[in-house]
Amino acid sequence: MLAWTIYLSFAGALLQALLPKGKAELARWLALGFAVAGLALAVAGFAAGMGQGRTVIVDLPWVPSMGIHFLLAADGISRVLVLLTGLAAVAGVLFSWNIELRTNEFFAFFLALIGGVYGVFLSFDLFLLFVFYEIAIVPKYFLISIWGSTRREYAAMKLALYSFAGSAMVLIGLLAAYATSGSHSTGLIALAQAGLPVSFQMWCFPLVFTGFAILAGMWPFHTWAPTGHVAAPTAASMLLAGVVMKLGAYGCLRVGIALFPRGLDPWGFSFIGLGSWRDVFALLAVIGIVYGALVALAQTDFKFVIGYSSVSHMGFVLLGLMTLNQIGMTGAVLQMFSHGVIAGLLFAIVGRIVYERTHTRQLAELETMHLSKRLPFAAWAFVIAGMASMGLPGFSGFVAELQVLVGAWKVNPWWVIAAGVGIVVGIAYTWRALQKAFFSDAPPSPHLNEPGHELAAITWPEVTGVVLLTGASLVVGLYPRILLDTIEPAVKALLAGGGQ
Amino acid sequence: MNYWDLFHATLPVTALEIAALVVLIVDLGLLRRASLKVRVTTAALLGVAGCGAALWGLTLSAGQSIGVNFELPLLAESGGTVAAQAGILILTALTLLLLIDSVFTRHVGEYVSVVLMAASGGLIVAAAQDLLVIFIGLELLSLGLYILTAFAKSSGKSAEAALKYYLFGGMSAAFLLFGFSYFYGLTGSTNLKQIQWSMTASGASPMFYVAWILVVAGLGFKVAAVPFHLWAPDTYEGAPAPAAAFIASVSKVASFALLLTISMNWFVQSGPITGQRGVVTAALRQYYATWPPLATILLVVAAASMIVGNLAALAQVSVRRLLAYSAIAHAGYILLGIAAHPVYQGQGRLIEWAEGNIGPAYLSANAVLYYVLTYGLTTIGAFGVVAVVERATGSDRMDAFLGLHKRNPVLAGVLLVLFLSLAGIPSLVGFWAKFNLFAAVLGASAGAAPFALVALAVALSAVSLYYYLQVLKRAYVMPAVDETPIKAHPVTLAVLVLIAAAVVGLGCFPALLQGWIAGCYPVG
Repeated sequence: MLAWTIYLSFAGALLQALLPKGKAELARWLALGFAVAGLALAVAGFAAGMGQGRTVIVDLPWVPSMGIHFLLAADGISRVLVLLTGLAAVAGVLFSWNIELRTNEFFAFFLALIGGVYGVFLSFDLFLLFVFYEIAIVPKYFLISIWGSTRREYAAMKLALYSFAGSAMVLIGLLAAYATSGSHSTGLIALAQAGLPVSFQMWCFPLVFTGFAILAGMWPFHTWAPTGHVAAPTAASMLLAGVVMKLGAYGCLRVGIALFPRGLDPWGFSFIGLGSWRDVFALLAVIGIVYGALVALAQTDFKFVIGYSSVSHMGFVLLGLMTLNQIGMTGAVLQMFSHGVIAGLLFAIVGRIVYERTHTRQLAELETMHLSKRLPFAAWAFVIAGMASMGLPGFSGFVAELQVLVGAWKVNPWWVIAAGVGIVVGIAYTWRALQKAFFSDAPPSPHLNEPGHELAAITWPEVTGVVLLTGASLVVGLYPRILLDTIEPAVKALLAGGGQ
Repeated sequence: MNYWDLFHATLPVTALEIAALVVLIVDLGLLRRASLKVRVTTAALLGVAGCGAALWGLTLSAGQSIGVNFELPLLAESGGTVAAQAGILILTALTLLLLIDSVFTRHVGEYVSVVLMAASGGLIVAAAQDLLVIFIGLELLSLGLYILTAFAKSSGKSAEAALKYYLFGGMSAAFLLFGFSYFYGLTGSTNLKQIQWSMTASGASPMFYVAWILVVAGLGFKVAAVPFHLWAPDTYEGAPAPAAAFIASVSKVASFALLLTISMNWFVQSGPITGQRGVVTAALRQYYATWPPLATILLVVAAASMIVGNLAALAQVSVRRLLAYSAIAHAGYILLGIAAHPVYQGQGRLIEWAEGNIGPAYLSANAVLYYVLTYGLTTIGAFGVVAVVERATGSDRMDAFLGLHKRNPVLAGVLLVLFLSLAGIPSLVGFWAKFNLFAAVLGASAGAAPFALVALAVALSAVSLYYYLQVLKRAYVMPAVDETPIKAHPVTLAVLVLIAAAVVGLGCFPALLQGWIAGCYPVG
């Protein structure tokens, strides 16, 4: 059933590409139809998969001479992330309702990207996963460079080259793993059980992990993320932050850690306090958390604040992965979901609801606009999203980050102390943005009440999108078991080295 | 050997030559007063029919060898040869179909018959097992290419390109022949197998290095490998588009098939160097144990081609020159696959590793053929798009592609698919070509050197995305200066869409073409 999320998205993309020009309304409804169908399938698949382990959906020989299978399967981690993708897709369509330029092409690229993302989360064959991973790169380039804003061509090319460089590293690692294992299967489970030599894992793990982590926004390879997020059209920034960065983190988990578990073993010597790749990547993750938060605090562009906050929040995911214990990694997966929803919401408010009406993202200019009075819906939506982003109890971010921190404390308390600084700064930058953009008492701009400066009313797609994403974060925050029950067994199985 | 056997084994070549003559007779005799349009269409269709007949002949002659001695054939229709020849014929037919829309010459009959003769030279090259036959085939192919390059008589660029191509080509043919003469002098034979046996029996002398380098210089020119690549950008830029497409595809397939034949015969480990003394030979002897000399030379050339091709392509503003440098880069990847030919190792692991009938020796040959054939297909399509744009805008510069998605959405879609395939994006056929090749290289020879080269190749193909995106950016992203629609001949458009569909289809089902190529090899 879940496999149809992939097929439907690609079919939708093809249909949109063939649609005649000038049928913008039709293109929108079609896109919404495909996105909602994907979400419905994802929800159904999630519900059907509760309490089950890994289930194989499709298994067909694809390239028999190399043992590559078209192997789609789902475990708890996949199901949660597919659900996230469905949510992000529907919200993305809703928040791009006002796109008038080449509408059908926009949704063609959008759905192709979504199809690739679904594919990555459901692939259990090494190379199939890689194929879907690369399919997701190209649409991003066009989405940003055609429909984007600030320095869009630069940002799009930067993003494409970073992604492609990352996937080149991954490909080298995967080819080497394939040649080394001598196994006739490229299934992730089979390869994990084949047991690659430890010395090989030691150098292949950092290669593959870094390759994937580039897309997860790991410091210092994060620089594509803020520029890309800012330049992208709203729906694309929502997808970038919401699901594409998760692709990287998912690859780190599903391929990096699952395939090369011994790559995380201690080196046997210690260099400036770092004794293994695990220490190295945990350090980078913590730096990302703190650095992203500090840089977000200094931004003058509203969207850059959110862009850097993504780097900070993704740091928690990577830190959670490096704990290598049940609670930390469960937290990492939950954080992927949580950040996907919350970042999507924040980008939607900043990029669509506010920017499309005020035509500025400069906090200094927004200060003079008194948006809390003129756009109360946006203000309150941002208050809620901001609270979720800060990690206040009751929202999904709280549960996720708490688990990551508890997991990390068990390994190395210093990581937690440093990450705690990141959380405190996180509260500060969210507060600052909230106050400046919405609740400022600066003297109002003299043009405010002139004719032609009224702000357009909030439309139904915006309300629906905000309700959808806020609801998802609240439900998971108030009743985290709904996802945790699915994630935990999958993480346990992954840690145990098998896939069952 | 009697004449019937000869005829039987050379059916495809014969069919092409007959078609070439028929085209000439029809065009110069029957259609003297007909309009150019009718003549172009007739000539191209006759040429395509000739290719079809040759394909049919290929099915009849498959498995045949000719020569005085069955063990030492002159031509062998076996294994990868059949795949390469079928590829040559199909690609030739496609380039002929692209001719229908062209206006660069009034002498269409001559053009088509030269194409067919050059293609028959390609067929001979792909099947040749003897140095002299190789040389004759190569010259038949090359002379055709020189003429084709110069065919746009009203264009100064065309003449310049042809002269450069001809002078470089003549020089490299001399190198090749000189190298061949060394082999004859050292072994007393012109047959590839016989030479191999002599090398194995006598032990290789360092003189072979000289001979190998000369041969690689000659063949490196044909495949446009660095440092013998200088002709490629000028020729690709100056030649009429269908001719450039022919040079970039058919000639490449034939030359790489020849390199495969040579490497399959000569990579066999020929024992330690004997008889000589001195520092150089001692060093050589030590090295010789790990890498066969020809492979070493090819690896150096491959690495240089990948680096120079990809980096030089970054700076191009002419799309034809960009395609030329990208062709150089692709030649580098392919040479890597040839150099890593695992004949000399033949571990049991590989046999297990590759399911089906493909033995270890054929694994990388299979990947190389897959790469060359799909690359040829893609590059013909790319030249087809360039030709249409060039006719409408009068330029092949990148800025001529501005707003292509508005001016002709189908053409822009084809360009998108083909360029992404050249960049190696899945799930297009270009990805699988690279993937198979790199997997074969790593599977054939473990160790740091092949791994480093594959890593270099993968990293450089990430670089290549940049220049392909530069063209696509103009077609899709940047605002159009001129929004008048670009019209393309329906046949051209149909061919281009067909090529794009094949690139997507073969990419989604990579096992189809692989299975077909593997099926050409003898079982066991």
